Amino acid sequence: MRQMALIELVDISKSFDGELVLDEFNLKIKENEFITLLGPSGCGKTTTLRILGGFETPDTGRVMFQGEDITDLAPNKRQINTVFQKYALFPNMNIAENIAFGLKISGKSKEYIKDKVKYALKLVNLSGYEKRSVDSLSGGQQQRIAIARAIVNEPRVLLLDEPLGALDLKLRQEMQYELIRLKNELGITFLYVTHDQEEALTMSDKVVVMNQGYIQQMGTPEEIYNEPENAFVADFIGDSNIIDGVMMEDRIVKICGCVFPCIDEGFGKKKPVDVVIRPEDIIIGKPGEGILDGVVTSNVFIGVHYEMCIEAGGFEWLAQNTVSYPVGQKVSIRVTPENIQIMNKPQSEDEEALALDE
Amino acid sequence: MKKVLKGIYLALIILFLYLPIFTLMVLSFNEGKTMNAWTGFSFRWYREMFSNRTIMEALGNTLTIAFWAAAAATVVGVMACIGLNAMKEKHRSFFMGLNNIPLLNADIVTGISLMLSFLLFGISLNYGTVLFAHITFCIPYVILSVMPKFRQLENHTFEAALDLGASPAYAFFKVVLPDIMPGIISGFLLSFTMSVDDFVITHFTRGAGINTLSTLVYSQVKVGIRPTLYALSTVIFAAVFVILILVNIISNKREEKRA
Ligand SMILES: Nc1ncnc2c1ncn2[C@@H]1O[C@H](COP(=O)(O)OP(=O)(O)OP(=O)(O)O)[C@@H](O)[C@H]1O
Ligand SMILES: [Mg+2]
Repeated sequence: MRQMALIELVDISKSFDGELVLDEFNLKIKENEFITLLGPSGCGKTTTLRILGGFETPDTGRVMFQGEDITDLAPNKRQINTVFQKYALFPNMNIAENIAFGLKISGKSKEYIKDKVKYALKLVNLSGYEKRSVDSLSGGQQQRIAIARAIVNEPRVLLLDEPLGALDLKLRQEMQYELIRLKNELGITFLYVTHDQEEALTMSDKVVVMNQGYIQQMGTPEEIYNEPENAFVADFIGDSNIIDGVMMEDRIVKICGCVFPCIDEGFGKKKPVDVVIRPEDIIIGKPGEGILDGVVTSNVFIGVHYEMCIEAGGFEWLAQNTVSYPVGQKVSIRVTPENIQIMNKPQSEDEEALALDE
Repeated sequence: MKKVLKGIYLALIILFLYLPIFTLMVLSFNEGKTMNAWTGFSFRWYREMFSNRTIMEALGNTLTIAFWAAAAATVVGVMACIGLNAMKEKHRSFFMGLNNIPLLNADIVTGISLMLSFLLFGISLNYGTVLFAHITFCIPYVILSVMPKFRQLENHTFEAALDLGASPAYAFFKVVLPDIMPGIISGFLLSFTMSVDDFVITHFTRGAGINTLSTLVYSQVKVGIRPTLYALSTVIFAAVFVILILVNIISNKREEKRA
């Protein structure tokens, strides 16, 4: 039997004051899955979560939960908890009361609540903060309390809206680890929102890249990173070189006037395409050894490796290498065929959306 | 030198503000009836005041009307704020403008128009009409002091409560109400003061038999004010003074607790 989707968004459209924010949005979330919505600011991520949480009604389309239509169900009747982007802690209650809020409503015993609060605080690294007031906590601490307040209820689905945005790198990594452990331990389905692509790639089972209310690409982190479907995804997921090219025939693409062998087929002959090459896939060698000759124009050490710009064939290539080539040095570049990713050029936004809708 | 000048200036202002009341207080303890001679200390006028039925009735009316008017206006006003808060910006500012008009309106216009409306609908003027009139003019004050609190509500706390399973009513009483409480209290106190203070509107909407303190004083001016009214004024002043101090202490405590 095919695994049934736990949550399904069907043809959701939503506009605010005549401005379309979500356009025929479709998404299926399986039980126990960790799905991340990734996209630039204002692309409709929070709106999607708010529709799922029941705080916004879609103009058209349905929200399904275990096969049942919950589009018009009140938020307090949904087995979904949210970690809000703006924390939304209750300022008139102390930290313990904040975390206990949902447990109290579901009528848990005093002992159970006390244990749970303690456990949740330990989980977010804030043991002993029970009696503190909300105002006395830093932004990052408040954010962690918001997480604790949602997870103590052990909901079927947890919606997290940039829950680690206010944390420093080390704490963020710790919390990422904790969240994943929690998900596996409690069997909660996670819908996670972030605009940090690294976070999306490391944590999720499935990444949904959004832009302007459309899904640009949906897939595993590896698929999204290695085979971006269009220039937007390629550009958004990590640094890359996106270059105009012409597909001469199957397995041959012409970039900057030079012919590169590649492994893509079926684009037709003499067809303009977008070519994506990741900076770490550019192989630097002595002049004449590669396909294109050029000169290094900048070189920055960014930890682990050097990031260099190489002017070659009228294009500024971004390259990463553990070996440093000084500025001004003449070099050559080449790319192995399987690291060249060919994409169709989007004709227009509408067509791009149509292509993605199918 | 500068310090001395500052001190003198402050003393002058305080004198200016409180000398009249102080005069009244002193005179309320005067044995004799005249205003221009001190004939000895006595509680005579206080005794007379407490045994005077008209004064006691007027005092009772004033306090009960002020309390019920403030209470009713607070409930109506808070509910109005909930509605206003849910409105779109454009509509909200329109209705807030509408709310401000009665505040700027001259009391005499409000008073006469209320009286005319009561008479038009065949309602005879009595305690009820005064109370109704007071509720009417208190509501805008409540809205004015509660609305800003609604606007500063912590982002989305109401939604967060719903999200955690609270019913809308539970979420309102547990999460929203505590946050807007300072606004509600000041709205209530403001209404109470406005109601106690009012003469003009009460004058036009009261029936023949009923008096509040302000209308009583007004009617006594014609026959000559007796020092019992000084005593009454002193008691009211002292009461207000104590209440103000209490309110200040309470709100200071709250601040400390939050900090
Ligand atoms: N209540 C609202 N009224 C009007 N416009 C809104 C409302 N909520 C969202 N929008 C608009 O919808 C668009 C998408 O907003 P949304 O909050 O979903 O973005 P987001 O992807 O979460 O962005 P961010 O990463 O900055 O949080 C924005 O252009 C925003 O201005
Ligand atoms: Mg957002």
